[in-house]
Amino acid sequence: MDTIKQFSIFVENKQGKMAEVTRLLADAGIDLRTLSLADTRDFGILRIIVNDPDKAETLLHENGWTFKVTSVIGIKVPDVPGGVASVLEALNDADLNVEYMYAFVNRTPGRADTIIRVDDETAALKALRDHGIDILTAEEAYDA
Amino acid sequence: MANYWHEDIECMDLAEMKKLQSERLVKQVQHVYENVPYYRAKMDEKGVKPADIQSVDDLHKLPFLSKADLREAYPYGLLAKPLTECVRIQSTSGTTGKRVVAFYTQHDVDLWEDCVARAITAAGGTSDDVCQVAYGYGLFTGGAGLHGGSHKVGCLTLPMSSGNTERQIQFMRDLGSTILCCTPSYAAYIGETLHEMGLTPDDISLKAGIFGAEPWTEEMRRTIEKSLGIKAYDIYGLTETSGPGVAFECSEQTGMHINEDHFIPEIIDPETGEVLPEGSIGELVFTAVDKEAFPLLRYRTRDLCKLTRGKCSCGRTLIKMCKPMGRSDDMMIIRGVNVFPSQIETVLIEQGYAPNYLIEVDRRNNSDTLDISVEMSAEQFSDKMKDVQDKEKALAGAIKTMLGISPKVHLVSPKSITRSEGKAVRVIDKRKLHD
Repeated sequence: MDTIKQFSIFVENKQGKMAEVTRLLADAGIDLRTLSLADTRDFGILRIIVNDPDKAETLLHENGWTFKVTSVIGIKVPDVPGGVASVLEALNDADLNVEYMYAFVNRTPGRADTIIRVDDETAALKALRDHGIDILTAEEAYDA
Repeated sequence: MANYWHEDIECMDLAEMKKLQSERLVKQVQHVYENVPYYRAKMDEKGVKPADIQSVDDLHKLPFLSKADLREAYPYGLLAKPLTECVRIQSTSGTTGKRVVAFYTQHDVDLWEDCVARAITAAGGTSDDVCQVAYGYGLFTGGAGLHGGSHKVGCLTLPMSSGNTERQIQFMRDLGSTILCCTPSYAAYIGETLHEMGLTPDDISLKAGIFGAEPWTEEMRRTIEKSLGIKAYDIYGLTETSGPGVAFECSEQTGMHINEDHFIPEIIDPETGEVLPEGSIGELVFTAVDKEAFPLLRYRTRDLCKLTRGKCSCGRTLIKMCKPMGRSDDMMIIRGVNVFPSQIETVLIEQGYAPNYLIEVDRRNNSDTLDISVEMSAEQFSDKMKDVQDKEKALAGAIKTMLGISPKVHLVSPKSITRSEGKAVRVIDKRKLHD
């Protein structure tokens, strides 16, 4: 599968909220593959990729967290100068806008795997492939 | 169709009603003058004698009573019967100050329960109904009032009191409740819980709800009606006059009929105390003409309201009051602007939010601040920061259009705003802590 399930969790800016949700996942044996946090003064959006998305979805739902499951694209970016730039250029050439992006840490040497969120995934996948950019499959993202 | 509890009274023509009110008023003024030194002193001070009151047209000559009088006279100062003839007390929640304690003789309890029976009947209730009373029981008049009225009508009465929502729903299903009585915020919460339990209105047998004791909007009515599959009727009352049942809604849902054979309403200018003509907006004042133990004359409710008299499609001739447009107790003055929580609630529902909110007013650097926390549903949430921020901005803009002042809106998780099972706490005014 070419798209990856990402969880975006609404986290109020209150002490302990981030710890609470990450502990909830940890206690269920769910591993965070990567995460990013977008924050404002009042709240944050915690975006995570996990090893077991189905289990995470049930768990978050049962515990009353406000979250959205969205599909994102994983890209195997060569860890060289211009690696990210060429990805963005490929998307830009196809007139596609990146909503946000963030990277995995410490994965395969020589590669900086990156998550991007776009509105039109089909077009984005095509543009990336046309430029010879490797796509990270969902299985690769979850299993690491 | 047995649509009325007291058809002769509820459909009485105006001349006859005025005659009944006048007879009762004359008697009541005499009774109060003789038995309540506190009010006698007020009448003497104004130079009014019982003989000056010959009919309802003389009502305006009497002095007012206010909540301050009730506090000053607490607990026995306005009692008009010996305690030995009293059988009950009820009390206010005391949310806006010292408690008010009201006394009832058996006659007063009967009168009150009859008023509630009229309300239940107007909502379609008969002895075939199962009436679930989820108002708080105890000193609060909600539970006792609806309980007593339900008995009068002969409904099978479920004295649930408030709280334990899943059990409420279980009883509702097991015993086939057809009428629900509680505060509107609790009704909304029961509706939410029903859906969370994976149930729909088809799984319950409710047909009507009688909701009161706190302000609610038309939008909230629609939300409740949809979530529970019912017709929602408003009921009005206050502990000072007896409790719920002073006024009630009929199937037309365009205002509440006042049980004016017992409670004569007036609308006054809150500044001057002058009686305003029918149709004007002003402060609602009640005179209880048939109560024995705690008969308040010209009691200022502090509810802003409008009265209209006209033929109603339900056939009742009882004068109608609109939903109170706010309570002077609730009114906040923020940056010089009068703000009612009900206005903010209206905007929330229009914008697709559940009416779960908390208003916090504070003063920073000599300027008032208005912060509104609003619960956001999972459907309204987005993984994109901009979408969430745009939602906050849109809501703040809509509230500004309504109030004329800009609030700061904070979207919060569902159920993160503490839900009370009785009266909802909607406003925290921190300015009072500093002053």
